[in-house]
Amino acid sequence: MGQRIPLLEVKDFTLQFKQYGRGLKQIETRVISGFTLDVHAGEIVAVVGASGSGKSLLAHAILGILPSNAATGGSLKFKGEELSQSLKERLRGKEISLIPQSVSYLDPLMTTGKQIESPLRKAANAVKSVMNRFQLGDDAKNKYPFQLSGGMARRVLIGTALTSGAELVIADEPTPGLHKSMVDETLGSLKELAALGRGVLMITHDIDLAFVVADRIAVFNKGLTVEVADAKAFEASPDNVKHPYSKALWHALPQNGFHSVRGKDYGEEIDAGCDAGEEDDA
Amino acid sequence: MTIPLKPNPPLALPRFVILLRYSGKKALRLLLLMFAVSVVCFVLMKFSPIDPIEAYIGGEHASLPPEQIEHLREYWGLNDGFAVRYVKWIRGLLEGNMGTSIVYNQPVADVIAEKFSASLLLMGTSWALSGILGFSMGIIGALNRGKLVDKFIKLYCLTLASAPIFWVGILLLIVFSVWLGWFPIGLSAPIDATAAEATWGDRLYHLILPALTLSLTGVASIALHTRQKLIDVLDSDYALFAKARGAGKWLLFKRHGFKNILLPAITLQFGTIAELFGGSTLAEGIFSYPGLGKAVVEAGIRADLPLLVGIALFASAFVFAGNFIANLLYAAVDPRIREGARRI
Repeated sequence: MGQRIPLLEVKDFTLQFKQYGRGLKQIETRVISGFTLDVHAGEIVAVVGASGSGKSLLAHAILGILPSNAATGGSLKFKGEELSQSLKERLRGKEISLIPQSVSYLDPLMTTGKQIESPLRKAANAVKSVMNRFQLGDDAKNKYPFQLSGGMARRVLIGTALTSGAELVIADEPTPGLHKSMVDETLGSLKELAALGRGVLMITHDIDLAFVVADRIAVFNKGLTVEVADAKAFEASPDNVKHPYSKALWHALPQNGFHSVRGKDYGEEIDAGCDAGEEDDA
Repeated sequence: MTIPLKPNPPLALPRFVILLRYSGKKALRLLLLMFAVSVVCFVLMKFSPIDPIEAYIGGEHASLPPEQIEHLREYWGLNDGFAVRYVKWIRGLLEGNMGTSIVYNQPVADVIAEKFSASLLLMGTSWALSGILGFSMGIIGALNRGKLVDKFIKLYCLTLASAPIFWVGILLLIVFSVWLGWFPIGLSAPIDATAAEATWGDRLYHLILPALTLSLTGVASIALHTRQKLIDVLDSDYALFAKARGAGKWLLFKRHGFKNILLPAITLQFGTIAELFGGSTLAEGIFSYPGLGKAVVEAGIRADLPLLVGIALFASAFVFAGNFIANLLYAAVDPRIREGARRI
């Protein structure tokens, strides 16, 4: 699959915010720098990083919904075409869709059926088939977000990606706070999306999830892609990854000994680190 | 270890039972409110320094023989103590008799009916006008946040919100009636016509300035609240998500904005009924508009107790009804409130 044009290609992507400091002094805060990644049709790529490391902003940047004081650099390409703001506006909801983090992304005064329906194309059939697929019964159709269980709300959010018919789906922290069985179900839905030929970019802080579902894993630290590794190889042994942060992440997992590297901050080492991102399928 | 079971949630009742129970509770509350209002009116009047007889016959007081005055006192029941008068009044009220107005020398119910029909036209027009205008202005402001239109709307609202009604009214009078001569100075019909002769055109013509006065000032709060609420909605996660799903500005407003800002607008609009009552009293005073507001002022300064209590009761029932309607409309708009009502 390496030869085909990837659905999404992110290269040396940077993102910074302009803020006012003391008085009229403007401060630039860099949140993402040198981020590189690609997603092909039919595969799931996970971006794994600590909470608050700016992962969600990547999703917002791809969709062109960043706040107005954000500035970006580097390149974002969709099917080989550079994503300008106007192209993003044309593609979002049609070719690229987002599965957001929480129920707060659902309109509190709108029924489930209507939420699932794409704002761009009115298709009752599509809504119905999505609701069937995600086991949302007929009674769920007329329920409001406050009446949904956490798992149902999650399925509704994933359902929205299906009715859009988008080829690239960005799932932003799809599973936090869910019961184990719900997590499995959610991951199943994502796998199903990939099986349908869509490319899925899953943003998460939970590397275990990434092991279960992803084909490749991009390890993200302090706004940088530390490296992109094959998920299976990464799971099997820390020797298959190069960067010390990735290795530390592996060792920190309960099943791998629960070791934490105390007082170690890999922020500085990243620059001197390995050739991030160019690692393709092993 | 056993975990104690939570009590079952109360059964959901049919809708009309909920409505009936709710209305019953509210009716009881209204009765208590009216009782309190009437007591307060009587107590206030007891301490009022105005003598109704003196106010009624004015300067001729000295020329009237004392036995005549005594007769009038007896006729209006002014010789009884306030407690006795209150009991008599309540007894009358229970039989459907609100008493006789001293100022108008007519049954209170008739006076209220007549004055209210004039006021209703004024209040209804300005209420609808300020509601629709304010709501639209708020939406326009929020959708164009930070632009010139928005700044203008904000400036207008903040200025008008801090301008007293009587001042705006006098200003309009000076400009449109005195300088330009476009509108009449006052009253609700030409001064030389009897009530029967006045046409609808006459009435509307006389209505414009007072209604404008009330609308201009009434717009401010609903416009500012609607603007802020819509801005909150547009900044919300679900608006962001809708944008990510390809919804443009207009679609975003139609799909998510409108319904979410309707509730606070309804609250506010029905809440302003009380303000409107107060405002119309001022506006009617300035424009000598013969409505309920003018009548209540007359009743106050001439110590016409039956009329004053009558209007106070009527006004409280009116305001109460406004809030009651607002509560019912909430439930119609917001499913969360509907659900809450079922559980209580």
